[in-house]
Amino acid sequence: MSGAKALMNSLEKEGVDIVFGLPGGANLPIYDALVDAKFRHVLVRHEQSAAHMADGYARIKRKAGVCLATSGPGATNLITGIATAYADSSPLIAITGQVPLNMIGKDAFQETDIIGVANPCTKYAFQPRYATEIPEVVKKSFYIAESGRPGPVLIDIPKDVQQDVTEIPFPDLIKVRGYKPIVDPDLSNVGKAVELLVSAQQPIIMAGGGVILSGAFSELQAVAELIMAPVVTTFKGKGAFPENHPLAMGPIGMHGHAEANRIILEADCILAVGARFSDRSVGRFDEFGKGMNIIHLDIDPAEIGKNKSVDIAIVGDVKSALRTMAKMLSKVAVKKNTENPWLKRRRELIDYFSQNIKDYPREVTARKALKKLRELLPAESIVTTEVGQCQMWTSLHFDVISPGTFFSSTGLGTMGFGFPASIGAKAARPDVHVVDVAGDGSFNMTENSLAVSVLENLPVIVFLLNNDMLGMVAQWQRTFYDRRYMGVHQKSCPDYVKIAEAYGASGFSVQSMDELEKAIKSALKTEVATVIDIRIDPEEDVYPFVAPGTGLKDMITGA
Amino acid sequence: MSSRELKSKPLYIISSLVENKPGVLFRITNLFRARNFNIESITVGITEKPDLSRMTITTRIDEAILDQLVKQLRKLIDIVEVEVLDINNTVYRELALIKIRAKDFTNRNEIINFANVFRANILDIGKESVTVEVIGTPDKIDAFKNLIIQYDIVEMARTGVSALQRGE
Ligand SMILES: Cc1ncc(C[n+]2csc(CCOP(=O)(O)OP(=O)(O)O)c2C)c(N)n1
Ligand SMILES: [Mg+2]
Repeated sequence: MSGAKALMNSLEKEGVDIVFGLPGGANLPIYDALVDAKFRHVLVRHEQSAAHMADGYARIKRKAGVCLATSGPGATNLITGIATAYADSSPLIAITGQVPLNMIGKDAFQETDIIGVANPCTKYAFQPRYATEIPEVVKKSFYIAESGRPGPVLIDIPKDVQQDVTEIPFPDLIKVRGYKPIVDPDLSNVGKAVELLVSAQQPIIMAGGGVILSGAFSELQAVAELIMAPVVTTFKGKGAFPENHPLAMGPIGMHGHAEANRIILEADCILAVGARFSDRSVGRFDEFGKGMNIIHLDIDPAEIGKNKSVDIAIVGDVKSALRTMAKMLSKVAVKKNTENPWLKRRRELIDYFSQNIKDYPREVTARKALKKLRELLPAESIVTTEVGQCQMWTSLHFDVISPGTFFSSTGLGTMGFGFPASIGAKAARPDVHVVDVAGDGSFNMTENSLAVSVLENLPVIVFLLNNDMLGMVAQWQRTFYDRRYMGVHQKSCPDYVKIAEAYGASGFSVQSMDELEKAIKSALKTEVATVIDIRIDPEEDVYPFVAPGTGLKDMITGA
Repeated sequence: MSSRELKSKPLYIISSLVENKPGVLFRITNLFRARNFNIESITVGITEKPDLSRMTITTRIDEAILDQLVKQLRKLIDIVEVEVLDINNTVYRELALIKIRAKDFTNRNEIINFANVFRANILDIGKESVTVEVIGTPDKIDAFKNLIIQYDIVEMARTGVSALQRGE
């Protein structure tokens, strides 16, 4: 059996049903073996998009997505996608071709030390040197990528190793002795946390991406309801908790919901679940959480105390820890009524801030468009975003109802992520609608994935909030640089409806709410990718805003 | 951080067992760089087991940073074991080779006398210099260096610390 064939068999054994990639000289043997593989290959138009597609697939399937590229430029093109997955703890397997072993280190044609390049943004990287190692390497890669705190793993396979024909064993069991993800939480710490939570008068839950990664939705809801704690999320955790739930407060952070940013300052005890206290979420580390008891539950021990020292740390799988916590709580928690002062305060803040929203004198604003989308889109649809104002508006104005149906490039903030990732999500869940809420600048970066969406029959909706601007940058220039605009104007180029049509997708240009409603309804019916080009005010700002280097208390609401 | 500030912090010795294969040291040093960890010395060598190397790191940092450093090291898949050694219950040594300028007889004699006091070995005597080997804790080597610095140090090579927990 050849190394490449062993690779295919190994991927099949891992249950892979789709891979995203693009061939080249150094992975030709892999592509030859793909002809007979049992899973689907999706040809991309740029390797970055292959990584984003595999990432989007992984985030919805909650198992590793796979992307392929050749050596050198193919491999380096993957890097933005790998770094994006790393920043958001997404399980990704990137398989690159490499120059033959005897050429490594000779600066051969299309040789890049991709292991060196990828090191800071992968959980691990392998370079099998014998074809016989391939099955073991693949098995280890999936294990490492998917377990503990998930993340990307690179497999860099020299061409001659792909070609080698030899007897290749397939191991049933593998062991990685230096890798010991902690799964079972320390029960005594869970007990202490329960005591603290029960005695707190103003408890709050901060749910992060870890809740989504472990699929701990019902467990989180159970704990929240037992202690009647309002639930805020980080941006990565958006949709970890149904945003129409009576305890939901939405995301906190730089562009968090005003009421969420406010209530968290008033809490006396915070249960942070699968969250990492990022600067984007909590503002200043030194200010955040002063005078509160902090309970931190996370699967990654290195997150404990990294940004914030805490009172009780629980290391383990979020789902099993919350389940245990709910069990303990159900024995001791006294059912609080919904009229208690803390929940009244929650209502008060929501009412106050809902009256204090800056509006724009234009028929279609980002806010109104997103509310309309929510109204028309079935709850179980999957929504992702690009990066910039479009992303933050989605966080603010689009409520995720069905847990785990929202994701975005939150850690790295990669423009161009959303569209290919939505195609990957569609591959994972062909039965539901998938929408990418896009900005014009971001969509422009990976719009060539329209070819993939159309040809591979993976239709998604691009909900393009077109301000003809690199809007988020423009907002900062408006706010912090005295409106001295530089490098932000898109000058109505290209015409996105024509772009859609050029690829065989459908496109709508929208100027009124009426047209928007029609376009959404039609997109939900068609079988082909649709770009809805929604013209909005180039100066519509995102508020609230917690400026960098300031604390949540310094939030500017803009109203 | 100034070197004085650094010296005022306690010395920590981290001992770890790592996979003995290519690329491991790169991953570890890259971690130090990416996360801005301040390392004083790092030594790597083979152990009694052919597939494991022992890596010893010394550093003077705050306890909270030490905690992060250890946790981040543990996360590296090629690191099999990491522990912070209890200095009071640890034997640790460093070796230094110091080439000292010594042009005349008196100088040379003085240096040889100092070396004797420190149980240091004279490895080489040339027309212009004396080369001394000192073995001991980093503090002892510092003390010797501070003594002979008056003669002008031509070159110095230090190995970094190797350490083992004391036996039961
Ligand atoms: C790859 C990449 N380059 C640059 C940036 C910096 N950046 C952040 S938001 C933004 C503007 C995005 O413009 P657009 O997609 O039109 O979204 P808008 O803010 O207008 O809604 C830029 C350039 C980034 N996040 N990613
Ligand atoms: Mg824009």
